[in-house]
Amino acid sequence: MSDETYPDDLRYHPEHDWVRLDGDEAVFGVTWFAQDALGEVVYFDPPEVGATTTAGASYGELESVKAVSDIIAPAGGEVVAVNAAVSDSPELVNGDPYGAGWLVKVRLSDPSQLDALMDAAAYRAYLAGLGD
Amino acid sequence: MITDLKRTSLYDRHAAAGAKIVPFAGWEMPVEYAGVRAEHLAVRARSGLFDVSHMGQIEVMGPGSREFLQSVLTNDITRIGPGQAQYTLLPDDEGGVIDDLLAYALLDRFLLVVNASNIAPCFERISGLAPAGVDVVDRSPEVAMLALQGPAWALALSPFASPEPFALQYMEATEARVSGVPCLVARTGYTGEPGVEIMCPADDASTVWDALMRGPDGPVPTGLAARDTLRLEMGYPLYGNELGRDRSPIAAGLHWACDLRNGGFPGAERMRSEREQGTPEKLVALLFTEKGIPRGGCPVLANGEVVGTVTSGTLSPSLGVGAALAYVSSDHAEPGTALTVDVRGKQKAAEVTALPLVDTSPRKGDPR
Repeated sequence: MSDETYPDDLRYHPEHDWVRLDGDEAVFGVTWFAQDALGEVVYFDPPEVGATTTAGASYGELESVKAVSDIIAPAGGEVVAVNAAVSDSPELVNGDPYGAGWLVKVRLSDPSQLDALMDAAAYRAYLAGLGD
Repeated sequence: MITDLKRTSLYDRHAAAGAKIVPFAGWEMPVEYAGVRAEHLAVRARSGLFDVSHMGQIEVMGPGSREFLQSVLTNDITRIGPGQAQYTLLPDDEGGVIDDLLAYALLDRFLLVVNASNIAPCFERISGLAPAGVDVVDRSPEVAMLALQGPAWALALSPFASPEPFALQYMEATEARVSGVPCLVARTGYTGEPGVEIMCPADDASTVWDALMRGPDGPVPTGLAARDTLRLEMGYPLYGNELGRDRSPIAAGLHWACDLRNGGFPGAERMRSEREQGTPEKLVALLFTEKGIPRGGCPVLANGEVVGTVTSGTLSPSLGVGAALAYVSSDHAEPGTALTVDVRGKQKAAEVTALPLVDTSPRKGDPR
């Protein structure tokens, strides 16, 4: 397990997904909060390369021993890569959710969709509010 | 809806150990500590310690207790004497299952250990049928229960137990002190591994827990999630998943726990008939032959037709593949039968597999 962090260079979706912009491509993953809530991830059901993601809609599933969780796309686009290392070793999502535990790379159809997402400070405040 | 969740006397220990705590059957229970897989594998390889204080303890005592229990439980309770335990079921009038339980014969009474969610229905059923002179008492609130499970259980217990209860065979129980606390120590469990379940006064449970945890060959704290994966690999049924009022125990393969030859318990006639003629569905184990994880409620198919339903499913931590218990039509229940499981719209290949799914036994290491 990793320590609770929310890097400043990411944008965050309220369903606990992050996105890192890299040119006109973006990397998607789930946040520390998401992997902690799910517990030890044992299965990643990824989309096909070439599949379309829609902002706010599920593009795959992560499963722990006990539960299934939809993975929500923070933005729309076309999947250009799937992290095969997570398919083979799903626990990477727990150990390094923002690094080796990334899930897919997506060519964004409309990068301005990221403007609707939270920055790290806003996401931390949002998480604090969830406990109320 | 706000409900008052109960806490076991070990709640503070779980919180201090970093457990993830969830509501379960009206209790706040530790579901995992370090992680389900690590805990599961530790129990199979060495030992794990579970808090199962949410489970119920009902005592039955007084003249005629044995005859009374013989008339309400499915198994032949005359086959156990003081210091012995027996797996049995409490049927309703139609032969449906109110609960599955362990009955212990003690020197002066019987002790029934029932599922947490079924304490009230069990107590109402048993006390409602008890004749004058037979006392039925719910001891659940004052009794804590720890399960020390795994092949190294004796190493973990030996520094603290007096007398050392290592001559006990599977399904035997004795009184002993653990770290000075008077306990009932029983060679029982729900993991498939050798081990003991330890019942003691709730107020003293933390003394027992602390002693076992600090021993040189101490167990890892193990949560309810691993308890579920461990029992599933053995094919042990869980009330509410594989057992309920809507079926008799026969479809679940529990005829061995029902005295069909002589028993006069409620539903005995139906169960005899089901045993002779067969049930339309049988409980089987499935292993996936491709990636994926079955879940309760997933349809089971043969040649595109629905032939059953998954009742419990998980990723088997021991085998690394999807594993399920499922009721399937009896003509698709033979080990080796290829079936598919519909996991949220995706068809996954699976095979009916003989139980247990792992090569272990709670009798492992017993001298006879």
